[in-house]
Amino acid sequence: MFENLDPTLLARIQFAFTVSFHIIFPAFTIGLASWLAVLEWRWLRTGKQVYAEVYKMWVKIFAVTFGMGVVSGVVLSFQFGTNWSVFSDAGGNILGPLLGYEVLTAFFLEASFLGVMLFGWNRVSPKMHFAATLIVALGTLTSAFWILSANSWMHTPAGFRVGAEGLLFPANWLEIIFNPSFPYRFIHMVTAAYLTTAFTVAGIGSYYLWRNRHIQHARVMVGMAMIMAIFVAPLQLLFGDMHGLNTFEYQPAKVAAMEGLWETTTGAPLVLFGWPDGQTETTKYAIEIPKLSSLILTHSFDGEVKGLKAWPKEDRPPAALVFWTFRIMVGLGVLMIVTGLAAIVLYLRKRLFDSRLFQLWCMALTPAGFIAVLAGWFVTEVGRQPWIVQGLMRTQDAASPVVGTSVAISLAAFIVVYVFVFGAGSYYILKLIGKGPETEDEPYGAHGMKEPPLVTSGARKKGGRHV
Amino acid sequence: MFSFEGFLDLPLIWYGLIGTAIFLYVLLDGFDLGVGILFPFAPTDKCRDRMMNSVAPFWDGNETWLVLGGGGLLAAFPLAYAVIMPALYIPVIAMLLGLIFRGVAFEFRFKAEENTRRIWDYSFHFGSLLAAFMQGVIVGAVVQGIEVSGRSFAGGTFDWLNAYSLMTGVAVIFGYALLGGTWLVMKTEDETQAWARKTAAYTLWYQAIFLAVVSISMPIMNADIRELWFSLPNFFFLAPIPILSLILLIIIWRDLHNGNEYRPFFLSFGLFFTGYIGLAISLWPYIVPFEITYTEAAAAPESQSLLLVGTVILLPVILGYVAYCYYLFRGKASHEHEGAY
Repeated sequence: MFENLDPTLLARIQFAFTVSFHIIFPAFTIGLASWLAVLEWRWLRTGKQVYAEVYKMWVKIFAVTFGMGVVSGVVLSFQFGTNWSVFSDAGGNILGPLLGYEVLTAFFLEASFLGVMLFGWNRVSPKMHFAATLIVALGTLTSAFWILSANSWMHTPAGFRVGAEGLLFPANWLEIIFNPSFPYRFIHMVTAAYLTTAFTVAGIGSYYLWRNRHIQHARVMVGMAMIMAIFVAPLQLLFGDMHGLNTFEYQPAKVAAMEGLWETTTGAPLVLFGWPDGQTETTKYAIEIPKLSSLILTHSFDGEVKGLKAWPKEDRPPAALVFWTFRIMVGLGVLMIVTGLAAIVLYLRKRLFDSRLFQLWCMALTPAGFIAVLAGWFVTEVGRQPWIVQGLMRTQDAASPVVGTSVAISLAAFIVVYVFVFGAGSYYILKLIGKGPETEDEPYGAHGMKEPPLVTSGARKKGGRHV
Repeated sequence: MFSFEGFLDLPLIWYGLIGTAIFLYVLLDGFDLGVGILFPFAPTDKCRDRMMNSVAPFWDGNETWLVLGGGGLLAAFPLAYAVIMPALYIPVIAMLLGLIFRGVAFEFRFKAEENTRRIWDYSFHFGSLLAAFMQGVIVGAVVQGIEVSGRSFAGGTFDWLNAYSLMTGVAVIFGYALLGGTWLVMKTEDETQAWARKTAAYTLWYQAIFLAVVSISMPIMNADIRELWFSLPNFFFLAPIPILSLILLIIIWRDLHNGNEYRPFFLSFGLFFTGYIGLAISLWPYIVPFEITYTEAAAAPESQSLLLVGTVILLPVILGYVAYCYYLFRGKASHEHEGAY
């Protein structure tokens, strides 16, 4: 019944599905690991118990998220081979060592010291424990370094030569690793991960303030998250702009899709909203600001911006998806900057932790980072199509010689399993949030999930605990 | 571009390194998968808590060796990776789904309510079982050979599925159960340990039978392997491998009955080692049996050289801190999650 299914299309859907699911977890854990390190450092420096308590609440959420990130990531490392074997053969000489370095420098580090972080409280000194947290945080960043290097190379390949049978060979490793779009992509992604964590933490802290629970802990969460938002959200706008200029230089077709621009134009307008239509090759219902696009991209009111029609139809990315996901990402970024500004105003009026309206606002923005990361990922990856390696190898030529049935069945299996498993994970995270941090008069070593959330005495059911 | 091609046999070094990574994976994830395989058969829930706690700090690091094996294969032998993965499409995906279920069980089980905890108990068990079985199927399929045309897999969707690969699938389940059982003898005490001892002794018999079946079937199936093992003087050089296996089986058997706590686990490693070496000798020099040798599949010398630098520097460091973690969490696993986070 699946004979007519196109294995390449299904493989693309499968990869998009599994990678989109996966990226949610590292986007969160990269930021969370660094934040946990800061929390533990504050605790060691000030001796204030509240930092340790916030740490111990969030490290559990970190553990669940990290576990889901690991299992969904292992899947990806094998999918290159199962679904994209032609690409693996052709690009393995270049991408293989980068992914190999990710395992050697990051994965082992994270996996080993996560054990110390989670189970080592009574076995190592506080300083050694802090070192373990730092190492895990460093591991997440190192992992991002290599994976974004490999991914960036697929967007802006450099330092290679083409050999017999279309195989790609390394010519200069420094040019490969530090390819033209890598620095921008890396900074943009790490910053996005930090903001994702900040807004999740701010949302949950605000929820506690709203419900009048765990006030001291909630202040730490909201306060630290807002410091991040105030300083980093505007910086992200700058990084994003730099990344955009880099894309304009190396992947102009992607920028044309982002802008919804069909004709090559001098003095191109910035299209705020509209509907790019591939059939008529126009952007319908466009609301525009004249000349702004040229100004942003070329720093001149009359600069030339290439439109999608400058490329043959088979070389254009699908415009509508790129156009809209780009607007979602930028829109959420702007809301984050607004949140930071609001936090400054409220802080100066000494109402940062009291404003009900601000608490509601932060709660509403809890998933903002995740949505922005996913949207940004779509912009960059869909915007690269029809290429798997820009200008060198088309996605349709990269797929494995497997039948559509296999890909369809495995895709269905992944969807069912992911929805069930990661749905359960989300449920346990929500339970941990509902429970909140544990205060001093409860022993750390034996806190259980079965207690009602507001237990304050030491009275505990025997054997009712674990982790 | 730097390359060590001139003075090092890079493909051979990488053949050895990838082989080592896969072997370490089999040993290390083998014992924690084995714990999952034995999980529902434990006498009490308390035993199950102890079993889970005995591997909780380690499973993630153990599984990383699989990623290194897979990633290393892509880096050092991309052609082999590109041929083997599509050939084993279904067992690889099934293995990954199994690993998902058991991986999340570690976190979810302790956060679940009493009535939903069973879901994660079985998720841990069946996930481990599925992953182990599929790894065995993969080995069985690979040793029978993979059809290749040009630079691609040229066989059918279900080439991997036959009685032999199903048998090796079951063999790996029992092998991992032995590793898991002897691990538990080492890491637990009282009731759990007594039960683990009986279980390990029981699986040891199956391990012996499967080792014998695989050892006999390989030369029967393939004339080259028959020639390799049974021609003179090879026969005398290779005879120590099966003899050593037999000796190890006997010592493990005696240890399990005379109260030795530590030795059975490490001797089970030895048993896996002799089997692995026997397999490697049989398949040499193929990396995709019996189509592509390791030299034909080798990545560009520049690629192998770059990763070799990192491996030579980092592998000892990794082994160092992995050893530190095992040392840190030494001793018997308790029921309560001591030092819990």
